[in-house]
Amino acid sequence: MSSSFSTHQLENGMKIMLKEIHTAPIISSWVWYRVGSRDEVPGQTGISHWVEHMQFKGTPQFPSNVLDKAISREGGLWNAFTYLDWTTYFETMPADKIDLALSLEADRMVNSVFAPDEVNSERTVIISERQGHENEPLFQLGEAVRAAAFRVHTYHHEIIGDMADLETMTRDDLYQHYRAYYVPNNATMAVAGDFDSAVMLERIRGLFEALPAGVEPPRKARPEPPLRGEHRLVVEGTDDTAFIQAIYHAPRAVDDDFFPFMVLDSLLTGPSGLNMFGGGISNKTSSLYKKLVEGDLAVGVGGGLPATIDPFGYEITITVHPERKPDDVILALDEAIERVQQEPPSAEAVERAVKQARALFAYGSESITNQGFWMGFSEMFASYEWFNAYLDRLSAVTPADVQRIAQTYLIPRNRVLGTYLPTNGATA
Amino acid sequence: MNIQNSSLPGPDDIARVELPNGITVLARSNFNSPSVTINGYLDVGALFDSDEKLGLADFTAAALMRGTQPRDFQGIYNALESVGASMSFNSATHTTGFGGRALVEDLPLLLELLSETLRQPAFPAEQVERLRAQLLTGLTLRAQDTGDMAGMTFDQIVYKDHPYGRPEDGWPETVSAITRDDLVNFHAQHYGPRGMVIAIVGAVDAQQAVAWVQDTLGDWSNHHQPESPQLPALTPLGELIEQRVEIPGKIQSNIIIGAAGPPRKSTAFFAASLGNSVLGQFGMMGRIGEVVREQAGLAYYAFSRLSGGVGPGPWSVSAGVNPANVERAVDLIRSEIGRFVTEPVTEAELADSKASYIGRLPLALESNGGVAGALISLARYDLGLDYYLRYADLVNAVTPETALAAAQKYLHPDRLAVAVAGP
Repeated sequence: MSSSFSTHQLENGMKIMLKEIHTAPIISSWVWYRVGSRDEVPGQTGISHWVEHMQFKGTPQFPSNVLDKAISREGGLWNAFTYLDWTTYFETMPADKIDLALSLEADRMVNSVFAPDEVNSERTVIISERQGHENEPLFQLGEAVRAAAFRVHTYHHEIIGDMADLETMTRDDLYQHYRAYYVPNNATMAVAGDFDSAVMLERIRGLFEALPAGVEPPRKARPEPPLRGEHRLVVEGTDDTAFIQAIYHAPRAVDDDFFPFMVLDSLLTGPSGLNMFGGGISNKTSSLYKKLVEGDLAVGVGGGLPATIDPFGYEITITVHPERKPDDVILALDEAIERVQQEPPSAEAVERAVKQARALFAYGSESITNQGFWMGFSEMFASYEWFNAYLDRLSAVTPADVQRIAQTYLIPRNRVLGTYLPTNGATA
Repeated sequence: MNIQNSSLPGPDDIARVELPNGITVLARSNFNSPSVTINGYLDVGALFDSDEKLGLADFTAAALMRGTQPRDFQGIYNALESVGASMSFNSATHTTGFGGRALVEDLPLLLELLSETLRQPAFPAEQVERLRAQLLTGLTLRAQDTGDMAGMTFDQIVYKDHPYGRPEDGWPETVSAITRDDLVNFHAQHYGPRGMVIAIVGAVDAQQAVAWVQDTLGDWSNHHQPESPQLPALTPLGELIEQRVEIPGKIQSNIIIGAAGPPRKSTAFFAASLGNSVLGQFGMMGRIGEVVREQAGLAYYAFSRLSGGVGPGPWSVSAGVNPANVERAVDLIRSEIGRFVTEPVTEAELADSKASYIGRLPLALESNGGVAGALISLARYDLGLDYYLRYADLVNAVTPETALAAAQKYLHPDRLAVAVAGP
């Protein structure tokens, strides 16, 4: 496998990351902006995601339904994602067609129109997207738990935004948000695939270097104080299945504790990995699966520790067994966690988590799109060095580290615990 | 349109062997990543289920990994998860599918576990009951999922008195009625190598992969294994039938509108597929996306889908809308279907979809999973090992007239199923 990696900085502050991979005639191009729901305040929740939608609505050069047809016609795959800390746009194209993607991204970094009628029709589309989420009991529960876990920090609201804000935000709000954050000095471009780096860099310079740098974008996140005691809440709904979700306050991605926490997550709920494309594996030998599902208390359990700029949360989600009470499940959950607090895992168990992580990396590296994703993703909350060191950092984790993480973070006074309770036919 | 054939699977780099016991093995090397994917199916599915025990094929498939003669449940998953590997089974109407992935050094383990779970499942009583609770919870969630319920309702209208009208995962009462003996007997009588297909793609020599399958599954036999039941003829819809499912407490309604479409092997399939791309796939989901999402702002998602498959799978349009907008969305979709079967798609629209079909092929075949899925389709629909090399010609042969003829054969705005699930 031939590959070479380089980074560059344009004069306007935009960072460029290039990785040559000559295994297939494909190139994946990603533009990342440091803006997400973390940069939103009440009244404008969901604005980053809405701006992302508007970026598909056209510029004078690429009007809206010219844009998507042009990409699709070339056999390209394209999409965008808005997350807590970032928004990203990608196109994966046949290698000889990538210029269309590069031109499009340079254009919509500055020239998107945000036509008022497009804003209004997209308002109902996004409200429809949110209503689709609201059909899901786990969305309702997750939204309530998140809001309780983050009272001060902007991580407290869902990325889609609150309905009140989706109904009232204006075209000018959206356009200002776009102009404030979509500046080259707030952007990273990562390109992976079948190209010559010198040629690619020259082309990127030609398209992006003349775009003017903007003022440093405002940051609106405030540090979250400790919870100082367990918070519990109940969401009632008409679905007949009960769910439990816990969020424990957790360290940010660059914290030394993040890596042993990833190992702990792997032991408790199964490996998560860092793939956006490439998937994961089952978790039936994880300790919470054994305790809760094999113990006939739950029918499913999962968990995850997102990599974020600011301290976020470790989430555990449980689908309660139809014949069990949520309180019994919570007792068993705490017993399983206490076990790792009292006794460190075996060295073999930790090594196993590292081998699982290696396998997930191998699956992710099958896809050039996923390799493009990895580069910019890690830049958003740390750096590509963080990503490259990831397996080594995991390998350095000791059983005592894992035990200490469980003792430090997985304690009731550091969590919000929510339960979705069926109303069983009564009106919610 | 130029297409780089060197990256596409073809007779030169696909190993294909049919073992004496009836298993077809397909393999292709990809040394770009140290991983390997297996994918395949057996000739057994819900077609064998009685109405009283509907879900038996699905339950059996799900139970295969719950314990074997040599290993218990934790033993199976410990072997897999310890090396970061995965394997699973799922059952459909015609077939039971399986899939797995591993680092390439663990491919022999994957094949050993595949053979063990297929040939020596133990169906431990405790695990069967645990699995039953999980399946029943799944059915409870299904009953409150607007998308699932719209889909089931659609199938019941289009495939009335036909096996495709039944949900493969059964009903709470039928899954509750299935005993451990039913699982044991279903496995003993229906699982066998004849008609089985397995594809292996990854960092392994293709001939070596074939030899490993021969070693692990070449001596499997089951003289009980029955022929697949014949699919009964389907009576096409003669009128517009609308059915609504009320699910209290929901915020959004899901709509599915359509009819039975062509089987994958039908000569009309390619023309129908390209036409469908214009109708509800290309770009931001074709004409349907343009009208329902972009112009009317009614839905976050709106698209059409042509299933193909062994039999007459559905050809349908789906959308999720606010309950107040259901009528409007249904009218817009029916009107687009009406236009689609009245006038041919334009040359420009068809050219866009053709270019998209051809251009996206390398991307679709990028990962091991993508190639394995493609190899399985070759075998399942007798497409020929050179199918991907001929693919551009097949696409380019479609004309606006053949696309219109295919549309007219299967769709009519006054002979559709309209299924809606919501509050």
